[in-house]
Amino acid sequence: MTLLQKSLILFGIVVAILALASAIGTWLARKTKSESGVATVENLNARIKAWWGMIAIFAACYALGFTATVLLFALTSFYTLREFISLTPTQRADHAPLVLAFYVLLPLQYWLVWSDWYGLFAILIPVYGFLLLPSLSSLQGDPVNFLLRVSRIQWAVMLTVYCISHAPALILLQIPGYEGQGFLLLFFLTAVVQFSDVMQYVFGKLMGKTKLAPVISPSKTVEGLVGGGLSAMALGAALFWITPFSPLAAAAMAGLIVIAGFLGGLSLSAVKRSMGAKDWGTMVQGHGGVLDRMDSVSFAAPLFFHLTRFFYTV
Amino acid sequence: MIDLVLIGLTRFLVGAHSRWTGSEPVEKQRIYFANHGSHLDTLLLWSALPKELRATTHPAAAADYWGQGALKRLIAQKGLNAVLIDRSGSSAPGEALEPLRKTLTEGHSLILFPEGTRSANRLPGPFKSGLYRLAKEFPNAELIPVYLDNPARAMPKGAILPLPIICSAHFGPALAYVENEEKEAFLLRAQAAVSALAPPALEALTS
Repeated sequence: MTLLQKSLILFGIVVAILALASAIGTWLARKTKSESGVATVENLNARIKAWWGMIAIFAACYALGFTATVLLFALTSFYTLREFISLTPTQRADHAPLVLAFYVLLPLQYWLVWSDWYGLFAILIPVYGFLLLPSLSSLQGDPVNFLLRVSRIQWAVMLTVYCISHAPALILLQIPGYEGQGFLLLFFLTAVVQFSDVMQYVFGKLMGKTKLAPVISPSKTVEGLVGGGLSAMALGAALFWITPFSPLAAAAMAGLIVIAGFLGGLSLSAVKRSMGAKDWGTMVQGHGGVLDRMDSVSFAAPLFFHLTRFFYTV
Repeated sequence: MIDLVLIGLTRFLVGAHSRWTGSEPVEKQRIYFANHGSHLDTLLLWSALPKELRATTHPAAAADYWGQGALKRLIAQKGLNAVLIDRSGSSAPGEALEPLRKTLTEGHSLILFPEGTRSANRLPGPFKSGLYRLAKEFPNAELIPVYLDNPARAMPKGAILPLPIICSAHFGPALAYVENEEKEAFLLRAQAAVSALAPPALEALTS
């Protein structure tokens, strides 16, 4: 099958599933009466609406091509970095390193993705950013909490720019026999992460008993993780035909994406809580901020990228 | 046209969310008065107002900043409908307020920063007397306190580029009228009304 054929089939399946989900959501909204039930259904319907938005954006990116996809992820990094920094108590002396982060590192990183310059893409932020951010900060002459302030900015840039930029970079991986189909890898990653998120939520609501990290993220349960993880692995295996993987390898990749995504969600919850916030923002209706939706992707994307690169490219 | 570009840019960079508690965004003659910590403040408050209100609301802008250079003047006058005021102190007391009186006499609303200058603190410093005079001379104008959250972080004093940090404007209930109130008491009350709208500070760095 060609990329176009695979994409059309996929798009059809996703639209069918979302249409079914919307129908169920509408039916539940009419049927549910209890107060907590209504809140859950409202949350579910808001999520479904946001997924329609996501699939529309995905389709638009596919239609408009690689440049549009890179721009979309650059914008995602911009919004997540903005959310992260807005919740971080920055000082006057942090202004210069933040200007570097927002106006130099972020655009440069995505330019490197766009121009397929892998060598510099992989080290721009971990090497040059790592050294430049504290250098600029030290020139401001404010030593109070220096290490804490610098690490916060470095962490924010690594997470929101470096990690997320690995998602569009998937498109460029040169896999023998899979030329020009990298866009489907990006779809695979997004589908597995989103499906795992929602199935963890559903299994957690239905049979969640054993809390995994009650202090950091009270909604995460062992039952939710196992149920959601197994469902996502099944989805991954079912999607093997759009990837260069065998069905078994696709399930394993999906499993790793689930674990990375889960740990990303947990780590970012811990960060949020350390800052005294519940959501990163209010931008996506029903989903909190953009970073609330991207927390799993930000951990899963680099891992998925490097595993695929290591095992499947020449 | 210029105003739409300005508002688009401001919202893209800093969000410019508005929160109304105790008052509504309706067309009434008002004097909005806010804390002042950044050159972004005027743009932020302006962008946080709905379109219908912007048409008849004029920020009071310092002539020594917004009147300098063609670009800033264009932004201030064509983009923001600003009223430029002289804060050099060379004019007679009360005379600097003349352009503001003219605007209020026409029935339009004003945006004021009664501290007169940018302060580096989270809460506003002492207010200058202009607000008191205008409030006395125009008793029909509602006095709406506004707390601007974060612009001093997005664009602190001395910075050239604004940072994308989410900023919001918190509008509060109109300041009640108190018969025969002394100037000092009024100004303290107005200052406290702005401070009361400030959301809790971000976690202290040392914690």
